Amino acid sequence: MTSYNINECIQPLGDSALVIRLGSEIHPSTHQKVKNLSLLLEKNSFTGFIEAVPSYTTLTVYYNPIEVFQSRTASNSKSPYKIVSEHVFHLLKNLRIEDIKKQRIVKIPVVYGGDFGPDLDYVANYNQLTREEVIHIHSANEYLVYMIGFAPGFPFMGGMDERIATPRKDSPRLAIHPGSVGIAGKQTGVYPLETPGGWQIIGRTPLALFLPPSSPPTLLQAGDRIRFVPISEKEFEEYKELKS
Amino acid sequence: MSITVLHPGLLATIQDLGRFGSQKYGVIVGGAMDAYSLRIANMLVGNEENEAVLELTILGTSIQFESDHLVAITGGDLQPTIDGETAPMWRPIYIRKGSILKFKSAVSGCRAYLAFAGGIEVPKIMGSKSTYLRAAIGGFNGRALQKGDKLLVGSPNSNISHAFINQLKRNNEHFTWSINFTQLLSFPNSFTIRFIRGSEYERFQVSSQQTFQTKQYVITTQADRMGYRLDGETLQLSEQFDLLSEGVTYGTIQVPSSGQPIILMADRQTTGGYPKIGQVITADLPILSQMQPLSKIFFKEATLEKAESLLMEKENILNQIASGIVIKALHEH
Repeated sequence: MTSYNINECIQPLGDSALVIRLGSEIHPSTHQKVKNLSLLLEKNSFTGFIEAVPSYTTLTVYYNPIEVFQSRTASNSKSPYKIVSEHVFHLLKNLRIEDIKKQRIVKIPVVYGGDFGPDLDYVANYNQLTREEVIHIHSANEYLVYMIGFAPGFPFMGGMDERIATPRKDSPRLAIHPGSVGIAGKQTGVYPLETPGGWQIIGRTPLALFLPPSSPPTLLQAGDRIRFVPISEKEFEEYKELKS
Repeated sequence: MSITVLHPGLLATIQDLGRFGSQKYGVIVGGAMDAYSLRIANMLVGNEENEAVLELTILGTSIQFESDHLVAITGGDLQPTIDGETAPMWRPIYIRKGSILKFKSAVSGCRAYLAFAGGIEVPKIMGSKSTYLRAAIGGFNGRALQKGDKLLVGSPNSNISHAFINQLKRNNEHFTWSINFTQLLSFPNSFTIRFIRGSEYERFQVSSQQTFQTKQYVITTQADRMGYRLDGETLQLSEQFDLLSEGVTYGTIQVPSSGQPIILMADRQTTGGYPKIGQVITADLPILSQMQPLSKIFFKEATLEKAESLLMEKENILNQIASGIVIKALHEH
């Protein structure tokens, strides 16, 4: 059983949010704590709670200090931060470490190389591998989505084989197609929107990662496990037609 | 009921108080840069405080009214005129069909808010009408307003709206009263912004901590709804370290490797990976959001308790303004 100290693991992020620190390194067990606390908080929220955002090692809790202040009881302290931090600390003390919910596995079809993945050759050369080996290595592992950030539905994933790790491009591309699958250092990710970016693009998925106004609005969520499945250009077009 | 955009100006977008609850999916909050001006504009036309309004930036917007409408303009003074006559701000005004409301350029502040009685009729996406430009959702077709756009505006639907419309039609001239906002908001070219220490404050060199609190920073021309890049003495970490991305918010002051701070504004990303030296207190954000490029900032540390009590004070002032408006609408003849 982990013992927590409220002043060490909870810090204010200004006067309307706070950060709960649950570890210092990227690790599946820390991720599990972040996820479980997030679920626990959604089930046991408080007046003035707005939302909570998971990251690799933290959960950031956003609240409306005015509503928190108005909800105080005689026995409560007057500071909204104190009221909220005591509430989440109480939840933290009762946090169970085991897995609460089964993880989803999401399969992401990808066309590797060619126009869809213009940097595949660079990644192969950089790591002294063949294209086929890069594709095989990239699609063999199961990845864990630690958090969503940077853009709507953009997954920060862990679990990539270091044999295909490649530094970012020296100068970022001005526009990357939505669905592009890239590598930056030891990370891999998928771009949901057309944005500028410096990742090495090795392929593209026909799936949409950002799906407003669906609820949830993204294909992937923190905690998902994903696998990349190599497909042909023909299959890519079929996926696109299926969708439209 | 509708309006036609004759000129969008520098940037005109539909905003409410923001899109909450989807940040865990990477969907930004957005919303009005200056929440106080938005709330007062809505109060003045009898709307819910969270109704969508137009946020107009610095210069050039002009709009034609296709029907009579009760509106209010708050925020920075962009020299609004109705058919060439000065349009009064911070009070309800009644604009006649065919009239042209034009904003020249900012003489104070940099964002004006234009509220319509009954609100703006665009769909709520994920709980909000705010425009999310990068993802092309919300607002008017997910984008900034363009020349020729026709916007549907709501019909007045509250007692307050009807009361003001009756008063303005009866007298056929503008109200002489206006909201005194000076305790909430000001439009300085130089201002001391209060901050609370950020998570990585202690990891900056002691000399940089002092620099941050004593030296002047200038808002550069790279200042928009996403963030303000500042220019001043560089801030250095005691030692380099890798920081993992985590949640950030409106007013987070990040310091990238250049050593020049960036203040995250309404359209910030949901997460960030740069060291956070501080966090602007919420009560000072509306003032910061109205500061133009090349304005000067000094930073002064505040305690969390002070930040909370200042926020409560300002909320009380807003409540008093709201009560005052109800009295003006329903108890004056």
